[in-house]
Amino acid sequence: MKLSSRHLLQLEGVPKKDLELILDSAVSFREILDRPIKKVPPLRGKTVVNVFYEPSTRTRISFDLAEKRLSADTISFSASASSVKKGESLKDTVRNIEAMKIDMVVVRHRSPGVPYYLTQCLDANIINAGDGTHEHPTQGLLDIFTIRQKYKRIKGLRVLLVGDIKHSRVARSNIWGLKTLGASVAICGPTTLLPYEAERFGIDIYTDINEAMEGVDVVNILRIQLERQKAGLFPSQREYTNLFGISRERLKRLNKNFTIMHPGPMNRGVEITNDVADGPASVILDQVTNGQAVRMAVLYLLSGVDERDSSEDSE
Amino acid sequence: MKNKKKREILDKSKISRAVTRIAHEILERNSGAESLVIVGILTRGAILAKRLAAIIKDIEGVDLPVGLMDISLYRDDVNSNPDQPIVRTTEILFDISDKNLILVDDVLFTGRTIRAALSQLVEFGRSRTIQLAVLVDRGHRQLPIRADYVGKNIPTNFDDNVRVYFQDSDDIDEVVLYPAGEKNSEPEGGDGK
Repeated sequence: MKLSSRHLLQLEGVPKKDLELILDSAVSFREILDRPIKKVPPLRGKTVVNVFYEPSTRTRISFDLAEKRLSADTISFSASASSVKKGESLKDTVRNIEAMKIDMVVVRHRSPGVPYYLTQCLDANIINAGDGTHEHPTQGLLDIFTIRQKYKRIKGLRVLLVGDIKHSRVARSNIWGLKTLGASVAICGPTTLLPYEAERFGIDIYTDINEAMEGVDVVNILRIQLERQKAGLFPSQREYTNLFGISRERLKRLNKNFTIMHPGPMNRGVEITNDVADGPASVILDQVTNGQAVRMAVLYLLSGVDERDSSEDSE
Repeated sequence: MKNKKKREILDKSKISRAVTRIAHEILERNSGAESLVIVGILTRGAILAKRLAAIIKDIEGVDLPVGLMDISLYRDDVNSNPDQPIVRTTEILFDISDKNLILVDDVLFTGRTIRAALSQLVEFGRSRTIQLAVLVDRGHRQLPIRADYVGKNIPTNFDDNVRVYFQDSDDIDEVVLYPAGEKNSEPEGGDGK
């Protein structure tokens, strides 16, 4: 068994069997995280570079730990402390890194499409750790994994994404992955925070939170990016909280065994109240732990697919 | 054609007798079940491990802790094998420190699966001993590994395929040898191929 692509750039268009292989493998990697020695050897001798052109705490730490727990050698590189500051181009930067004999690149960049661009100029396996407002496939996978861990299935579940869908790469990865696996997905937010091309997703679109939450199993609450307040996409935080904030009263509309998710970091009291964030239905910390297992699975599975394989396949 | 060439090595009753004998040998050598734990290598080693534990319970009345182990992450060909093994879950939910650990697999062949299992076991603690029990030893070792308990030794060619079928997973108890060139319908399997 192996993935059909040697890169993970997005979840849009990824076949169901690939998604299932990653999720199934992640179950096994999750078990390793509970062992006294949380380290296994399959990436021994491989070198992974984490190229982060945008600030990140949990994604970078999560990838770094996942790589180390698979026994890979890792280098972390952040644009702010590198020759990028001296005007070196992205292509030159990564080609120089590749000349140091590396096998995989994990990349985060504020421009959509950068991971794809890297596949055109490098031989390494490329993993997208978030490219602008496009996708964040490992976050999407870990959200789906967390949902599947609780319900033992994805098919038929109703999942609602609330908040800033327009700028959210997490939302896009969630939508494509969940749709492929048979969930019914809906989005809800102020019209100014819904993407222009929302109809393209082929999902339900709401602007009334009370209506949107009716009969839903999973609510994934996205961060309101406070820095965007200045852009005037909604009148005030207070108004946003009144209209779209998830509070305990609103949860009554959900299905009985509901789940609350948030990819973090949270603005407590804005998009989510404290009692919801810390309530019994919240799986927010499970998401973080599962993120490592999912990233280990992706790294392991991609490391086995190199160009040589495709020609030897037929045997 | 295929059925003509395949050779049955053990049938249900022979498997049952072999497993019972191994259970007795384990108890004999370890002076009872006091210090024992059992770990089976997935998939068929795990089934065998559970059977051994059940027989030991019949004899001694002791419930032995049984663990299951997937060795795919510890294989030495993980980067050269074009088809990556599906990783399954290892479940060793007890402390193996200072125990006599019986490692169980269905077929012993090159020894590479056992090598991988030993590497993994080291990470779960320091057992007093690790003893190896297999249903079939078919020879052709590539590493200095030897089984302590063997159900049956069978001479094979390197390219032959030895398959163990268990009721629990295959609806039949049987050990079969497919001579070289005969493709088995079920490619999955660890060291037995």
